[in-house]
Amino acid sequence: MAFDPVLYRELDDLNARYGEALDDGPLEDWPELFTEQCLYLIIPRENEERGLLLAIMRCESRDMLKDRVTAVRETMMYEPRYLRHHITNARILTQAGDTMSAVANFTVIEVLPEELPRILITGRYRDQLRREADGAWRFVERRCVYDSTLVPNSIIYPV
Amino acid sequence: MNPGTPSSSSSFQASLPHAPWAAAELSRIPYWLYTDQAVFAREMERIFCGRSWAYVGLAVEIPQAGDYLTTTVGNRPIIVCRNRDGELRAFANHCAHRGVKFCRQRSGKATRFTCPYHQWTYDLNGDLKGVPFRAGVKGQGGMPEDFDLSQHGLTPLKVAEHHGVLFASFDLSIEPFLDYLGDTNRYYFERVFDGRELRVIGYSRQLIPGNWKLMFENIKDPYHASLLHVFLVTFGLFRADQESQVKMDDTGRHGLLISRRGTQQATEHTKDIANLRADFTLRDARLLDPVKEFKDSATVVMQTIWPNLIVQQQSNTIAMRQIQPRGPDAFELSWTFFGYEDDDEAMRTRRLRQANLMSASGLVSGDDSEVIKLAQDGLKPYPEREAVLEMGGRGTHDEEHMVTETAIRAFYKYYREVMEL
Ligand SMILES: [Fe+2]
Repeated sequence: MAFDPVLYRELDDLNARYGEALDDGPLEDWPELFTEQCLYLIIPRENEERGLLLAIMRCESRDMLKDRVTAVRETMMYEPRYLRHHITNARILTQAGDTMSAVANFTVIEVLPEELPRILITGRYRDQLRREADGAWRFVERRCVYDSTLVPNSIIYPV
Repeated sequence: MNPGTPSSSSSFQASLPHAPWAAAELSRIPYWLYTDQAVFAREMERIFCGRSWAYVGLAVEIPQAGDYLTTTVGNRPIIVCRNRDGELRAFANHCAHRGVKFCRQRSGKATRFTCPYHQWTYDLNGDLKGVPFRAGVKGQGGMPEDFDLSQHGLTPLKVAEHHGVLFASFDLSIEPFLDYLGDTNRYYFERVFDGRELRVIGYSRQLIPGNWKLMFENIKDPYHASLLHVFLVTFGLFRADQESQVKMDDTGRHGLLISRRGTQQATEHTKDIANLRADFTLRDARLLDPVKEFKDSATVVMQTIWPNLIVQQQSNTIAMRQIQPRGPDAFELSWTFFGYEDDDEAMRTRRLRQANLMSASGLVSGDDSEVIKLAQDGLKPYPEREAVLEMGGRGTHDEEHMVTETAIRAFYKYYREVMEL
């Protein structure tokens, strides 16, 4: 099925903004890319494939995304780090009016102080999107299904 | 093994190129203990492959005959399975022929195990059943006449199950699991594992770049919880001024941190907690909506079971944390989150939400994995120096408060016996 190229541009733009919010900030921009009622999950592929619901990060509303941002800013202790998102192969699966489902690959490079860049996590986004009244597409749902069983130490920032 | 023999104690220490660790000293821990390869090798041999019951999984993960899972005891790969009669078996995932780690699935169902290299085949008891070309080909080659299949099975481990939790030991003469656990720890173990059917809700696994003992020290250390974990403290989930206990077994190897939830408020006791954020409130309170589900008043019980298990019960998030060392500088922390088969929908959702606190991206446990790396980074270049463990005195007895490192000292008391170090 062929989709309007404009839709693809809009999807790529959203993914680029998404990576930018997490990599270059401000982090507060990240929740704004989701609808008010939404679901954000980081799930190991082994759970996803076995039908196990546990996510290592689970936010069930934009407010919960904001709480995660506040925790990253105010309560959590971690080594300072930079992330760099590489979001590729975005593809629209279905689209009808103001709703769309899509997928994309993600690879996040993490840079810790005094260490070489390394791959933090890699996997596939499974997205549900909606165009809201202001004309912008937002995530109703973003499931980040990552391929490795292990993560290197901790996932502090959302991916 | 004969713990505590002074002669071999000094001989192992004497073989190490380090400053000595004074006999019976528990309030100083030398940093070479976290980095030395010979110490690590001895830990694998004496602690993980010695007289200990290592956690290896939950019975509900392999409910039927032929079901298996793979894991490690220490750094050694093993398989736990049910044979054709449904009985639990465990053996090394290490072919008796050439050592191949032949089973590469996390879990599955099998009627036999076949090594991919030369197709040696074992049954579900780990017994060798087939060696291809054993009689040779066209009258040539083959195994010697006296080659005895029964002498080449997979290295067995003893298995114990208690209320749905599986443990294994390379020491086939080890005492029964409940004797090993002791009465106090049994009481708290059965508080979570009360005989109800468990339901696994998922896994989280992380590779933490620190020595495995740092993980145990962390969970046996209530002193840090009030200070490092701003999230816990801010929401009153664990705080120095709450009614708490630290309990051990007779040997010191197992431990319990028991506490009760308080409220989000500053008190005269929280003034040392520089990070307390009395003003921080959740925008979506569903993240933290704990309900009482155990019969006693404790809201958090962190149980450490020698040599590789943390049973975590913090509010309604319950998980096994299995420690799998990978050399002195790293360990895998493998979490199995679970609830009960009879949980209602609200409780299932609550457990999924509270997992935000405790996982590879936990709002609370993330502090610990991060600080363990910082500890390893900091201690590794200073092997001749030592940690100071004097909070709550220098003893190893139970305490009725959190301002103590007694459980860490007790851990090292038993550690020194087993290691003869
Ligand atoms: Fe902690």
